[in-house]
Amino acid sequence: MMDMAFLYDTFVALLSGVPLTLNLTFVAFAIGTVLATLLALMRMSRIKALDAPARAYVFVLRGTPLLVQIFLIYYGLGQFRPTLQHLGLWQFFREPYWCAILALALNSAAYGSEVVRGGLRSVPKREVEAARACGMSGLLLFRRIVMPIALRQALPAYGNELILMVKATSLASIITLTEVTGIAAQLISSSYRPVEVFIAAGAIYLAINFSLTRAIAMLDWRLTPHLRGPAAATGKMEGGSA
Amino acid sequence: MPEQKPGQTVVSLRGLHKRFGALEVLKGVSLDARKGEVIAILGSSGSGKSTMLRCINMLELPSSGEVVIGDEPVRLKKRGGGLAIADRKQIDKIRSRVGMVFQSFNLWSHMTVLENLIEAPIHVQGRPRRQCEDEARALLQKVGIGDKSGAYPSHLSGGQQQRAAIARALAMHPDVMLFDEPTSALDPERVGEVLKVIRALAEEGRTMLVVTHEIGFAREVASRVIFLHEGRIEEDGPTSEIFDNPGSPRFRKFIATVQHG
Repeated sequence: MMDMAFLYDTFVALLSGVPLTLNLTFVAFAIGTVLATLLALMRMSRIKALDAPARAYVFVLRGTPLLVQIFLIYYGLGQFRPTLQHLGLWQFFREPYWCAILALALNSAAYGSEVVRGGLRSVPKREVEAARACGMSGLLLFRRIVMPIALRQALPAYGNELILMVKATSLASIITLTEVTGIAAQLISSSYRPVEVFIAAGAIYLAINFSLTRAIAMLDWRLTPHLRGPAAATGKMEGGSA
Repeated sequence: MPEQKPGQTVVSLRGLHKRFGALEVLKGVSLDARKGEVIAILGSSGSGKSTMLRCINMLELPSSGEVVIGDEPVRLKKRGGGLAIADRKQIDKIRSRVGMVFQSFNLWSHMTVLENLIEAPIHVQGRPRRQCEDEARALLQKVGIGDKSGAYPSHLSGGQQQRAAIARALAMHPDVMLFDEPTSALDPERVGEVLKVIRALAEEGRTMLVVTHEIGFAREVASRVIFLHEGRIEEDGPTSEIFDNPGSPRFRKFIATVQHG
């Protein structure tokens, strides 16, 4: 029999971890996205010295567990403390928060780079050629034509990366961070009631991911009027498909 | 750039060669297009006509030879067995003065028709948005799709897309317009509306080079006809003379095949 009052109290207690969960998610996701774009451009550069390291990076980061990566960064870098102190980086790596951000971002970048690469590859050559014929090149061409088309193509798949990131932040509890799962672990060790605590924690993650999924779908809908019929493109969202 | 007098050379190709691996598509093409000329470029497929057109704005880089736009020679440098762009900025500047219309329209799919028209004028030429928008609307009126400014390319018919693409090229105030088989991807019943727009531009006195299979259109609209065969210019003359009195037997045969085939 579940204790509803306890479930409610647990839920309220866990909510205090939501800001940190979201903070980890968005900061790591932002850094990961920048890195993913760089990796994708390296992969597509057709320059061996750029392509090969990016390829190796993706291979290693996708092929090893995130938990192992977190341990390596948090505990492993402690072995190199004198060097890191010398470089002035120890302030950074002694903080579990920054270790978690680094691990999450590096990991997400590896997966994300393949999605970004797919998006960039989907940009029609004909549209790029039309832009060149108008005198566009380099950064302007990338910013105005290539990126917007690739973004629209990659957005649904990249939305998955964001969802995966939300769930991956729970691993940060292992290195002492008190985000939702970290608080849950504390509550269990004092109450010995894992069922209520994890149900409440699971519900919170579900609610976060539901909101994010809807937000991504809405953004996708806003960005792709050209993929719908002419009537739906100018209509309100409720009137079209969502 | 300075005002051009009639008859002044706008595009000049000198001894253009283009190789794709072992295949030589252009075998020494030379051509002067003067201001106000409407040049129809004819030839069977594989004769090199599209390649020649694409060498004018460097969408294809010639293997050897020279291209002059206005009085500005395109700066190319030797690399490997061919040529490479020497000055990216110069190429971008030249391309912004040469309007290009493609066979399959190549409008930017994620932008509305109006956005397609103002994109390069604003971001390449740095002109004010309001001015570009007003001008774009007028251009859309002119090509007969004034009501489509807010539509996306995927919502338009092929003929409407091609007219939007022509308007996009015109929005740059080009010195010369290049058309690469502008009606080949259209349904037959849509060809006329696009040819009508091109004809109107010819009547304005615009300098145009049109690669086309529409021989009737060439006869009616072009002031000059060039016939390419296996990478060489085999006929080149005023439309009025060339059809009545074709010098080359191959061109005679070509006309007969296209007209009756």
